[in-house]
Amino acid sequence: MSGLDKLARPAQDDRPAGREWPLYEVFVRGKRGLNHVHVGSLHAADDEMAVRHARDVYTRRNEGVSIWVVRSDAITASSPDEKDPLFAPAGDKVYRHPTFYDIPDDVPHM
Amino acid sequence: MTPHVHDHDSDHSSVYDGLVGSDPSHWAFGTDFEDPLAGVDTTLADGVDGPTLAAYCLMLGDDALVYSHRLSEWCSRAPDLEEDIALTNIALDLLGQARLLLARAAAADPGVVPVLPDGSPIPPEDALAFFREAGEFRNVRLVEPGNGDFAVTMVRLLVFATWRLAIMQRLESSVDPVLSAIAAKAVKEVTYHRDYAGRWFLTLAQGTDESRRRLLAALDLVWPYRGELDRVSEVERRAVDEGFGVDPAAVAAEVDVVLEQVFSVSGVERPERPALAAVRGRAGRDGLHTEELSRMLAEMQSVARAHPMGRW
Repeated sequence: MSGLDKLARPAQDDRPAGREWPLYEVFVRGKRGLNHVHVGSLHAADDEMAVRHARDVYTRRNEGVSIWVVRSDAITASSPDEKDPLFAPAGDKVYRHPTFYDIPDDVPHM
Repeated sequence: MTPHVHDHDSDHSSVYDGLVGSDPSHWAFGTDFEDPLAGVDTTLADGVDGPTLAAYCLMLGDDALVYSHRLSEWCSRAPDLEEDIALTNIALDLLGQARLLLARAAAADPGVVPVLPDGSPIPPEDALAFFREAGEFRNVRLVEPGNGDFAVTMVRLLVFATWRLAIMQRLESSVDPVLSAIAAKAVKEVTYHRDYAGRWFLTLAQGTDESRRRLLAALDLVWPYRGELDRVSEVERRAVDEGFGVDPAAVAAEVDVVLEQVFSVSGVERPERPALAAVRGRAGRDGLHTEELSRMLAEMQSVARAHPMGRW
């Protein structure tokens, strides 16, 4: 009986070196969540495949109802070197926190 | 209300908090699991013969069980982490269908369940999966051979999922409420399997010379198993008559239309390969199998058989 495995698998990954699929960042919105949350990253050949891969890798346990993917190289990030000038000035501005108001119990999402 | 000040570390340790709600220690368990059979009446409908229903459930259950095991053999061996998880997800979907179908078979006719030592805690669906010989399995032969390469795996999955989706869509109107509920769950799962395999079929066909060569070779290998899917066994004929089963011959044209669409967008000709013959009128549904099924079962069943009193 000639099986389907008559075609041998290649011994190792035969993709040319340096031809990895691009990296994507994955954001998932949960059933009760209001916003998409960054959950991790993955490799995919294109945007559509990235959505499928995200579904398979990051929503296996019924976590999500919506997925966003974006290529990692499309993200512009702040640099750790800029940490102090960017963020330290906000550290002592206590008056920016809305702690001086009484918020009624029935106001949602606060 | 106190100000809610995030500290950096806790943001990272609880990335799933926003997704799953209250108890962060449980994020890995996800949320809201549903019992596909919740509220379903499990008594046999009028005019449904228990042994026939059991035999029919074994057919659809064994297709899922054997193919699930084959797909699970990709675990840790797929070309990428992402495909590895995709394939094992599909295997687990099918294993879930197999469990429900074998359990239904056992409930419809306890006589089909292999006899285990007194006091064995092994549930009937496990007894059916792990304590039957190859000749007692009722799956089609398409699901038996080893996986081959990635192209062979995708072609077989496309053929299997296209066919099973057509069957399950009709099975939703089965007079057996349990089969109907199982089909409703399966339709959603298998729709994704078909989509996944169809995308890969197109990608491989229109990818590199090497991927196309492998895809065409895969199609020639898989196609002989296609014809058996249209055969109608005596059990299936009776299942149709009693209103709980689907006539495989009635979905053949629809399966071909879907496959033709995939072939057409992929620029691939429908293969001209003779169907694998029945042997003295017997095929997979009659317990006639390839040698590869016996070898697969020997591995799949060995641990359970060594421990018939085991609790898992």
